[in-house]
Amino acid sequence: MNMNIQPLGDQALIIDLGDSISEDINKQVRSISSQLDQIHPDWMIEYIPAFTTITVIYNPLYIAKQSTYQDLLPFEWARKELLTLLSDFTNDQNKTRTVEIPVCYGGEWGPDLTQVASHNRMSEEEVIEIHLNGDYLVYMIGFAPGFPYIGGMDKEIATPRRDDPRLSIPAGSVGVAGEQTGVYPIETPGGWQLIGRTPLKLFDPERDSPSLLQAGDRVRFTRIHEKEYKKIEEDEK
Amino acid sequence: MISVLKAGLMTTIQDLGRYGYQKDGVITSGAMDQEAHKIANLLVGNPIQTATIEITLMGPVLEFHEDSLIAISGGDLTPVINGEPVSMWRPIYIKKGSELRFGKPKKGFRSYLSIAGGFKVPQVMDSSSTYLRANIGGVEGRPLQRGDTISSGTLPIPSKRFMKMLQPERKHLFNEASWFVGPEFTTLQNDQPIRVMPGREFDLFSKKSQEDLFQSEFQIDSKSDRMGYRLNGKPLHLLELKNILSEAVTFGTIQVPPEGNPIILLADHQTTGGYPKIGQIASVDLPKVAQMRPGDPLAFEQISHKEAQRLLLEREKDLKQLQRGIETK
Repeated sequence: MNMNIQPLGDQALIIDLGDSISEDINKQVRSISSQLDQIHPDWMIEYIPAFTTITVIYNPLYIAKQSTYQDLLPFEWARKELLTLLSDFTNDQNKTRTVEIPVCYGGEWGPDLTQVASHNRMSEEEVIEIHLNGDYLVYMIGFAPGFPYIGGMDKEIATPRRDDPRLSIPAGSVGVAGEQTGVYPIETPGGWQLIGRTPLKLFDPERDSPSLLQAGDRVRFTRIHEKEYKKIEEDEK
Repeated sequence: MISVLKAGLMTTIQDLGRYGYQKDGVITSGAMDQEAHKIANLLVGNPIQTATIEITLMGPVLEFHEDSLIAISGGDLTPVINGEPVSMWRPIYIKKGSELRFGKPKKGFRSYLSIAGGFKVPQVMDSSSTYLRANIGGVEGRPLQRGDTISSGTLPIPSKRFMKMLQPERKHLFNEASWFVGPEFTTLQNDQPIRVMPGREFDLFSKKSQEDLFQSEFQIDSKSDRMGYRLNGKPLHLLELKNILSEAVTFGTIQVPPEGNPIILLADHQTTGGYPKIGQIASVDLPKVAQMRPGDPLAFEQISHKEAQRLLLEREKDLKQLQRGIETK
């Protein structure tokens, strides 16, 4: 594996695994993440996985105090330490989680479903069918609390963003923007084409893991109707 | 307990930030001038991560409902207790019924108010810091407003000792210590260049843009906030257009959107960003940046990654020494 460790300022470093989005690199990102979860070196404050990188925030003062290589500065020490820790890592691929996200499509839940259908010259039902059949992978969480960057949407339902972004999009809204699909975890302004909504809370500060989705998760959308939506929404409270 | 009689421009509860949840997309928040925040805590006997009140340019009016030990650090926003000017950068015994307000901003942008025992707000994801956009932390996830009351925590042992030493005479409503933090920490240096390490994508910028970053002057735009300072100046451009994949950014990352005006990411920065990063501000200079106001001029000076690390460690040594000095008072 090609593991390149670079500084990001004087309190963080980036483990760089390549420069293009791919499931293979995502696997490596996931594997290093789980490695870091297991070891959790005490000089590490936290790590942030992304498309092709993992950023490690470290505590330079702690390192300076603990450093066994007295002549090394904190970054140089942390890099050496990480290369040793991660050198004997194995690709454990059996840990993939699949998270089911129930979605109520169309109508007031997905006011832009009509637009996505007409843009792609198909029926609303066909759009739903294609969206349900996608094989989705969460590449990273970013932009907003719990916001997943999801890859794997069929290009057949790709639709440009709205010309007039909405000032407020309800939490749980499932949308399409270009070739991406995503779910809004919190109420926010935005220009995505909304095709449905999930009653699941994608972000909840009270949970141990506040974000429902984690980088590396597989996502399967399932179809529900209003009655089930209300029931799940009630259970989530 | 204190109550808020007037809110001020942007008054929030902050600590050293919310760490451990950036992989969930949760930003760190925390004090903009972390050094001033830490010193305010040390002066009243608190651990450095204790929650303080961050005060921005136009301060609040606060009433104290019990005898308290406080300290004010950071930018000079001319604090006044019951109409009498009060000194910054030292512990102050303030009696029940007193009113703290702020006058004209004199120097800097942000003041930090600490109270012995800390401002007590519910911890959300291990932190008291206010995260405005997600309505998390602090007081109901928002800036303080008129009518809020905030209680303080149990007094740490050193705070009790300070309060005994500083007990005001009967006719006075407050009493400040005769000693204070030295000029190496209290002198605002926001007219000096900000030291910057070349960023991850520095080499992708044109030679001219690389030079302009360090040789021209920028100005902080009025559309700047705790999330970031937008800068106006010579626009910076990549040698050729390149799509950068989103990855983590930090407090101090300088990123450049396609129109060319750089943005300094600050305490409320998003966890990840997809714009090329031309530079990273040396952590030791972030307090300087935090005290700059919109409209202020700003220049960058290149520093090596090694030098930035050394300066940070040295500064922390100085801070430790200050801590020991305060502890022996």
